[in-house]
Amino acid sequence: MSGIDAATLHSPAAVLARRVRGGEITAIDLVEGYLARIAAYDADLGAYLHVAADAARRSAEELDQRRKAGFSLGPLAGVPLALKDLVVTKGLVTTAGSKMLDGWVPPYDATVVEKLRAADAIVLGKTNCDEFGMGSSNENSAYHVTRNPWDRTRVPGGSSGGSAAAVAADLCAASLGTDTGGSIRQPAAMCGAVGLKPTYGRVSRWGLIAYASSLDAIGPMTKTVEDAALMLETIAGADPRDATTIDAPVPRYRDALSLGVTGLTIGLPREYFPPGGLDPEIRAALDAVVAMLRDAGADVVNMSLPHTALALPAYYVLAPAEASSNLARYDGVRYGRRASLQGQNKASLADMLEQTRAEGFGPEVKRRIMLGTFALRSGYYDAYYKKAQQVRTLIKQDFDQAFANGIDVVLTPTTPTTAFEIGATNSPMQMYLADVFTLACNLAGLPGLSVPCGLNSVGLPIGVQLMGCTLDEATLLRVGAVIERRSGLGDRKPAMTPESDTQPEFAAAVPPTGGLA
Amino acid sequence: MAEIGLQEVTELAMLARLRLSTDETETMRRELQQILTAMDALAAVPTEGVAAMTHAVPMDLRLRPDAVMPSLTPAEALAAAPATAGDHFVVPAAIGPHE
Repeated sequence: MSGIDAATLHSPAAVLARRVRGGEITAIDLVEGYLARIAAYDADLGAYLHVAADAARRSAEELDQRRKAGFSLGPLAGVPLALKDLVVTKGLVTTAGSKMLDGWVPPYDATVVEKLRAADAIVLGKTNCDEFGMGSSNENSAYHVTRNPWDRTRVPGGSSGGSAAAVAADLCAASLGTDTGGSIRQPAAMCGAVGLKPTYGRVSRWGLIAYASSLDAIGPMTKTVEDAALMLETIAGADPRDATTIDAPVPRYRDALSLGVTGLTIGLPREYFPPGGLDPEIRAALDAVVAMLRDAGADVVNMSLPHTALALPAYYVLAPAEASSNLARYDGVRYGRRASLQGQNKASLADMLEQTRAEGFGPEVKRRIMLGTFALRSGYYDAYYKKAQQVRTLIKQDFDQAFANGIDVVLTPTTPTTAFEIGATNSPMQMYLADVFTLACNLAGLPGLSVPCGLNSVGLPIGVQLMGCTLDEATLLRVGAVIERRSGLGDRKPAMTPESDTQPEFAAAVPPTGGLA
Repeated sequence: MAEIGLQEVTELAMLARLRLSTDETETMRRELQQILTAMDALAAVPTEGVAAMTHAVPMDLRLRPDAVMPSLTPAEALAAAPATAGDHFVVPAAIGPHE
């Protein structure tokens, strides 16, 4: 039985890996500790879609044996991770939150999963997400809605909401999310986690279920900035299987964390602080962060990114256009769902295709496929798709100009509001606005980091977003570390009930077959 | 502003290989119209001479050696297929009389 206490399960991944390597704790105890928490709390939270209990136990026991035999262990030794269900895992069900892939068991691991396993991390399970990454609240999952650990009546954000909730509730040590328009940073902000979207091409997309290939990125969602640095060091780098990866050395990002902010110029773009368009408590929290950074030695200046307002319309042309093409592969032939067509003896291939896609995709996915099909259609292509690509260039040029003028880091709110109530949004456009501050970063291909910077008056987390130059994740992490130290959540974490130091009674509740997986 | 009608939604659904019910078609028309209205902000932006961006990070097309690499076995490739026969995927007739 695991003797791991709640404080240990709340520890950062970097600390856990050190303790496993040093023989203070075992990987199997850690795995059992998290499985017990999942059994205790996840029926309520719904962060996971599949828990790979047996496979995690086997990996942990094998790792403990290697340590005892004197082998050296990797940088994530024994660290139990939750992976967003958009990342494919060999032998472990991967659904992308869609009925289209219900029960699909991939025959290979994504590059990031190979790298995490090679670093001796342990895959604990797969987390809930909006279907194919299309959403900002997790309400578009075809399976269930994930609840925000800080307030169960509210969404965790999306689309990596399950990952954010799992990190916040200590149902894993750290997690991977994916971010096409804010899907790592927005839920991280809403759940009080650290979320890093790397530069486009910094991390291989091989084995990421594609939504919009020119925007998609995989990145860490963690309890600390140091963990985000450690995870990025592990997963970044060129990959011959993804021709869009950047062939540049991967720095030791953790080295930047102690450098402080003296000498850095931090820009506040006025377009991200619209009068009346930002929750006053978020505004106040960011004002406090800015004052703190000035006090810590940064030069904070006002600036402009004039094409910011066009990011949303450009994104909702480009991303659906790419999605309409990427999701054409779901045809009921090679894997995934096929409509039964019972009683339709004369059904053709086209009938099967249309019926399969009608049954397998949810409303938001259909909407984006239709929107993308429209934008790419002859007659509209120039007015929508090409126009949006040109506007994308203008948005990128805004950032290029700012960095050329000496800005090191752009600081903005991550979200216009804190976590909203489940069921509160009633139109697609209203939901799209939840990502209004995170879209431009994807369009420009830049790295973006969300770091918690306080709680509002009802105890909901607030996130601050940092955006930087291409491949300059290190400077974001450097500033993020200062924010975490001086304006972060400290010891504050969501209240979980029942809470105790050890939960032996819950361990027995984990099915020996490994839950849903 | 693009006005989108029911006929166009039906055509788009056919192109996208999506079967929509009558109710879904009307809902889709209304929602697409709402979204496209918000997209109209793009039309007013002067973009003459601005390059269209496909990827934010400039990159050259890379070639890899034309060599046989490990890949899925037929059994692995077929393992998740809804219907198979031998080493093949089975699908309904693609061409021919369907009545």
